[in-house]
Amino acid sequence: MAIFLTGESRIIVQGITGSEGRRHGARMIRAGTQVVGGTNPRKAGQTVELAETDVPVFGTVADAMDATDADVSVVFVPPAGTKDAVIEAVDAKIPLVIVITEGIPVHDTAQFWAYASAQGAATRIVGPNCPGIASPGKSNAGIIPADITSEGRIGLVSKSGTLTYQMMYELRDIGFSTAVGIGGDPIIGTTHIDCLRAFEADPETDAIVMIGEIGGDAEERAAAFIERNVAKPVVAYVAGFTAPEGKTMGHAGAIISGSAGTAQAKKEALEKVGVRVGKTPSETASLVREVMQAR
Amino acid sequence: MDLFEYQGKQLFADHGVPIQQGKVATTPQQAREIAAELIAAGKPGVVIKAQVKVGGRGKAGGVKLAGDPDEAEAKARRILGMDIKGHTVRSVLVAEDIDIAQEYYLSFLLDRADRTFLSMCSVEGGVEIEEVARTKPEALARIPVSPLAGVDAAKVAEIVAAGRLPEEARAGAAALAERLWDAFTAEDATLVEVNPLVLTGDGRVIALDAKVTLDDNAAFRHDWGQFADPGAADPLEARAKEKHLNYVKLDGQVGIIGNGAGLVMSTLDVVAYAGEEFGGVRPANFLDIGGGASAEVMANGLEIVLADPSVRSVLVNVFGGITSCDAVANGIVSAIGMLSAGGEQVNRPIVVRLDGNNAAEGRRILEEAEIPVVEQVGTMDDAARRAAELAATGA
Repeated sequence: MAIFLTGESRIIVQGITGSEGRRHGARMIRAGTQVVGGTNPRKAGQTVELAETDVPVFGTVADAMDATDADVSVVFVPPAGTKDAVIEAVDAKIPLVIVITEGIPVHDTAQFWAYASAQGAATRIVGPNCPGIASPGKSNAGIIPADITSEGRIGLVSKSGTLTYQMMYELRDIGFSTAVGIGGDPIIGTTHIDCLRAFEADPETDAIVMIGEIGGDAEERAAAFIERNVAKPVVAYVAGFTAPEGKTMGHAGAIISGSAGTAQAKKEALEKVGVRVGKTPSETASLVREVMQAR
Repeated sequence: MDLFEYQGKQLFADHGVPIQQGKVATTPQQAREIAAELIAAGKPGVVIKAQVKVGGRGKAGGVKLAGDPDEAEAKARRILGMDIKGHTVRSVLVAEDIDIAQEYYLSFLLDRADRTFLSMCSVEGGVEIEEVARTKPEALARIPVSPLAGVDAAKVAEIVAAGRLPEEARAGAAALAERLWDAFTAEDATLVEVNPLVLTGDGRVIALDAKVTLDDNAAFRHDWGQFADPGAADPLEARAKEKHLNYVKLDGQVGIIGNGAGLVMSTLDVVAYAGEEFGGVRPANFLDIGGGASAEVMANGLEIVLADPSVRSVLVNVFGGITSCDAVANGIVSAIGMLSAGGEQVNRPIVVRLDGNNAAEGRRILEEAEIPVVEQVGTMDDAARRAAELAATGA
C-alpha cells in the first residue's frame, strides 16, 4: 500500500518544460512512475519527450486533471512563481502536491499554506524545499534517487535530503515502504506527525525511521504524538549537535518554539517516549536493523 | 539577514512607522556633527547607541546620553571600537533624546510551529522579552495573524488591548502597529520587533528601537545590497560567499566538505564524536557543496577549506544520489589537479568517503589517480575517525 504515493498514482509535473522538470520527470518515468502530463501555460497542447515517452503539456492543473485523471502534482516551478503554482493546484483540488522548489520566500509559503487550509485542506502539501516521496518499486515523485534502495517494510520521514538517501542506502537490503522528505523550511505542509500517523495506519509498514535536525520544535511535537498514538517501533536520528547557533533565529522565535530547538533537546524528548535515537546515521541504521530482525 | 537598528528604523520610516529621529556615524567627528544638527533643531540632547546585532547593549555600556556636541563626540569615541559580546562596534546611531513616559513591547513574526504569523504585545517593555515570557507569561499577549487576512484597524485594536496597553497609548500604538505590519509584509521580514515602543511625555507613540530579520529567500525581489555587512563576516566566509558556497567557519581542525545540509551537519557531529578520542579534535567548518558536486565546485570548496590555517586534515563525505560517485571522484581528482596547477599546495591529508550510486567505480577512479594526500575510507564513521586521527597526529 505505502503512504501518499502508490503504484496507481498518476502524476503531473508543474514546470515540466524547465530544465529541472525535464530532468527529474525523465528520471521518474525511468523509475516506473506514471507521469501522465505536465503544465506550462505558454506551451499548452505541445508534448515534451522524456525518457523516450511523449508527455502532454497542459495550460493548467485543472486541464491536466480533466484529461489525465492525475491525482498528484510535483512542482519544479522557480521560487518567484511557486506560490501561484501551488494555489492553482489547490484550486484544482488535486489530492497531493509535492513542492520540490528550494528558496521560496517564507511569506509565500505562509500564504499558500493558509490558502490550502482555508479550502478545507483537501489538498495535501508536501514540502517545500523537499526531495519528494519515493515508494520503492511503485512510484517516485520528486528527486529521490530511485535505485539506491529496494521495496520493503520500513517507513521513513525526514527533513533532510541526503541524510534520507544515506539511510535508504544503508538499509537497502531490508527496504522501504515509503520515504517522505518533508523539507527543512520554516513552514512546511506535511509534518513528521502527519507521516507518523500515516505509517502507523499503513499495513505494509512495520517500523518507522524519523530523521530530524536542529531548529523549531517539530521533533518535540512528534515525540508527544508518538507517546499517545504510535504503537509501531520508531527509531530516530537528529543532526546538528555541533552546528553553530542558527543565525536566523531571532529572540522572539525561540520563545515561540517553547524550546531551544537544539539537537540535545530533541533527542531527550524522543528518548523520553521510548524512541531509540542513534548517535550517527550508521548507528541509527543498526538500531533499525535490530528492530526489524526482532519482528 | 539581521539588520542593524539604524537600518531597521530606516525601513520602518519608509513604511510610515513613527521612529526616534537620528543618523548613523562611523567616527566621533560625525557623531558630533549629527548631535549639533539635532540640538540646533531643538532636540534637548542626544543618545549615542552602539550598532551591533546583539542584545544587552545598554548593560554593556553601549548606550549613552549626551547633552551637547562635545559630549556626543566623547561618548561616541568611547563606544566606537568597543567589543559587545564578541561584536565590534563599527558605527553608532546618534538619535534625539526622548522624554519617555512609558515603555511597551510590540512585534510581528513568523510562527513556525503554527505555520502562521503572530503578533506579540506587552505593557512590559524595555526589558528583555525572554525574561517577561519566563516570569510573567500572562503579560505577553500572543495574537495569531492570518497571512491571508493580514491586519486591519480591528486587528491592531485587538493586539494593543490584548497587550494591556493603557488607554492613552492605544490609538497611537494601534496606528503604529498597522504601519509595522505593512513593513513586515512588504519587506519580506520574518521578524519586526519594537522594544521599547514608547509613549512620550507629550503623548506620542514611537519606535525607540528596531530589530528586523529579513528572509534571505526573498532577496530576489528586493534591493538589499545596502544592507550588506562585509565587516561582520569571517574573511573565509566572505570568500566562500563570492563563490556561492554555503560555508560556515568553526573553530576546529578537521575541514569538512559534503553534499546536502543534513549530511554535512551530521558529518560535523560524527567528526566531533570521533575527535573525543583524539584530545578533542573538532570540525573546522561547515561546507555544503550541494547535490551536484561538480569538479569546479569541489575545487572551490577544497581551496576555501585549505585556506584555513587551522585545518590539519580534510574529510570529504559525499553520498552519490542523482550525481553518481564516479562523477564525484572525477571531480575530486580534477579539483586537486586544478588547485596544484594554480600553485596551491595541497599538502594536508584528505580523507574521502564515497557512498551511494556507482560507489565502486568512484573508489576505483580515486585509487588509480594515486594522489598521495588522498586516503579512502569505506564508511562515514570510520572516515570521520581517520580524519580526526590525522588532524590530531599530523600523520
